[in-house]
Amino acid sequence: MKGSVILTDIDSFLSEEELQAIDAELEHVPYKSGAAIDALKIVQSQRGWISDESLAAIARHLEMSIDELEGIATFYNLIYRRPVGERVILFCDSVSCWICGCEKAKEKVSDVLKIGYGETTTDKKYTLLPVPCLGACDRAPVMMVGDELITNLDDAKIEATFNRASSREDC
Amino acid sequence: MERVLTRNIANDPKPINIIAYEANEGYQGLKKAIAELSPEDCESIVKDSKLRGRGGAGFPTGMKWSFVPKGDACSPGHKYLVCNADEMEPGTFKDRLLMEFDPHQLIEGMILSAYTLGADIAYIFIRGEYVVSIQRLRNAIVECYEKNYLGKNILGSGFSLEMYVHPSAGRYICGEETALINALEGKRANPRAKPPFPQVSGLWGRPTIVNNVETLCNITHIIHRGADWFQTLGRGEDSGTKLFGVSGKVNNPGCWELPMGTPVREIIEDCAGGMQPGLELKGFLPGGGSTDFLTNDHLDLAMDYNVIGAAGSRMGTGTMIILDDQTCPVGMVLNLIRFFAQESCGFCTPCRDGLPWTRQVLEDIYNGRGQKEDLETLAYQVRYIGGIGNTHCALAPGAMEPLQSALKYFYSDFEKLIEGSGSHKLIGARG
Ligand SMILES: Cc1cc2nc3c(=O)[nH]c(=O)nc-3n(C[C@H](O)[C@H](O)[C@H](O)COP(=O)(O)O)c2cc1C
Ligand code: SF4
Ligand code: FES
Repeated sequence: MKGSVILTDIDSFLSEEELQAIDAELEHVPYKSGAAIDALKIVQSQRGWISDESLAAIARHLEMSIDELEGIATFYNLIYRRPVGERVILFCDSVSCWICGCEKAKEKVSDVLKIGYGETTTDKKYTLLPVPCLGACDRAPVMMVGDELITNLDDAKIEATFNRASSREDC
Repeated sequence: MERVLTRNIANDPKPINIIAYEANEGYQGLKKAIAELSPEDCESIVKDSKLRGRGGAGFPTGMKWSFVPKGDACSPGHKYLVCNADEMEPGTFKDRLLMEFDPHQLIEGMILSAYTLGADIAYIFIRGEYVVSIQRLRNAIVECYEKNYLGKNILGSGFSLEMYVHPSAGRYICGEETALINALEGKRANPRAKPPFPQVSGLWGRPTIVNNVETLCNITHIIHRGADWFQTLGRGEDSGTKLFGVSGKVNNPGCWELPMGTPVREIIEDCAGGMQPGLELKGFLPGGGSTDFLTNDHLDLAMDYNVIGAAGSRMGTGTMIILDDQTCPVGMVLNLIRFFAQESCGFCTPCRDGLPWTRQVLEDIYNGRGQKEDLETLAYQVRYIGGIGNTHCALAPGAMEPLQSALKYFYSDFEKLIEGSGSHKLIGARG
């Protein structure tokens, strides 16, 4: 599949806004491929993830091969090559959180949202991913929900986090 | 004790803006340097201070800086200063505190460092998850441009500096300085071969210095108050203060600024409040997930680079992880090896293939499927994967440090699990 995406309208795939943001990054780099990661992040911030079409269009814009850009896109944890929910849950599974019971907390998150690692809720609100140490080990176990850091996780806190989130979105 | 790095960070910290920062001697060091000190003077002060890098390896900062070509020895073009704010070492949580609550301290240290080195472009390479730090640093940088602490001809000195915050796309190996440079160049973050060292040929082939957040924060005070003052801060052989942290099942986990050379016992007992009720200390990693275990026998050691080194471990980042007597050491090592195996950049065979093999052996032991021979296999892996020079960078040897020391101190826990008498399923780390 990879490398064989055929886009008839590849030149118009990226939006004006995306192109402008990418071109602004190009001013800081001596050659175009130097902006590869920035470009991936820009497109991801607009579309939520990097589809094969996005990858092909960015590669073309930066004059790189699709394979080369794919090698970069798949290397980094925060570039998503599959669709994710509205908010990504980055759940710390590193050592201090493990000592403080993150496996139990993770089961609770999975219970409440009915998803495991790498999965997205059916309403597409959340995707659950493991992440290395979030640098908040003194408040373990911890997770990020979107941009928000949630610390000292226990059952009550996990329930409150996701119930609060769903009631906020309902109103 | 005098608080230096955390002087603006109270027990219940609030972020501060440039007005509050300047009200507490902020940017005095910068003004002093521009009025009175040449870059050469600054470099001598940093050398004389005996500051050692706080990123993990403890390399003397002044010496590292001396390798950067300066003046006529440097071909025309940019020179770069990069702040390493990747902080992904498991169990490490000190740079976050410095950036969230006193971003100007870091920025002032970076301006002074760039002035010393003749760098005209500075990047803060920061992990993408640190969204609060990223925002506060960006706001602080805007404040600095308004005051002409950044930008062209800073305070009329003729020295110019542009500064950017560059969020990482996420991978532990990006913290390794040459991998970081590749990430900044938009590539996969595989470490580069050295030489050439980044000081001579780094970002875009130009001279580049990479320093840790805490190292650069120290520069702010060293230039302002001098090398002699800085040396008086340490209690032992190393100079300055350090952010020390404790995580795990202690009563009061946290991060504190203390003199270098503070004994381990004081940090664990006085600051962290000792072990939680019913638990005993079994061991600790002194400075993050890639350092060797020490035990109760080492509690009176001073947290100095050479002292901890002589005891068979490393100061690392100075943030300790405590193993209690109810947590399975094999499970703890397995958790760490899983992390390192996953974060291997895949460049060299011992690391890419060896670490998953180690993980498999540990998983078997932990889950009660271990064989006696597995212990020999682990010892072999420690020698082979951990051997200096067998791999391209320090990730793989670092990964072996907790394992090799666990085999030394907690061998019987491995044996018990293999014999089937281990009991981590009942009292392991499940809650
Ligand atoms: C795998 C690996 C990860 C690293 N991660 C970090 C990091 O997150 N932050 C850091 O400051 N140094 C990290 N380092 C150390 C850097 O390579 C480098 O030595 C350090 O940034 C130098 O700063 P200093 O001289 O101020 O200590 C890492 C090293 C390795 C091998
Ligand atoms: S030791 Fe591991 S992380 Fe380092 S270069 Fe080799 S494969 Fe990459
Ligand atoms: S180990 Fe989870 S935040 Fe550090």
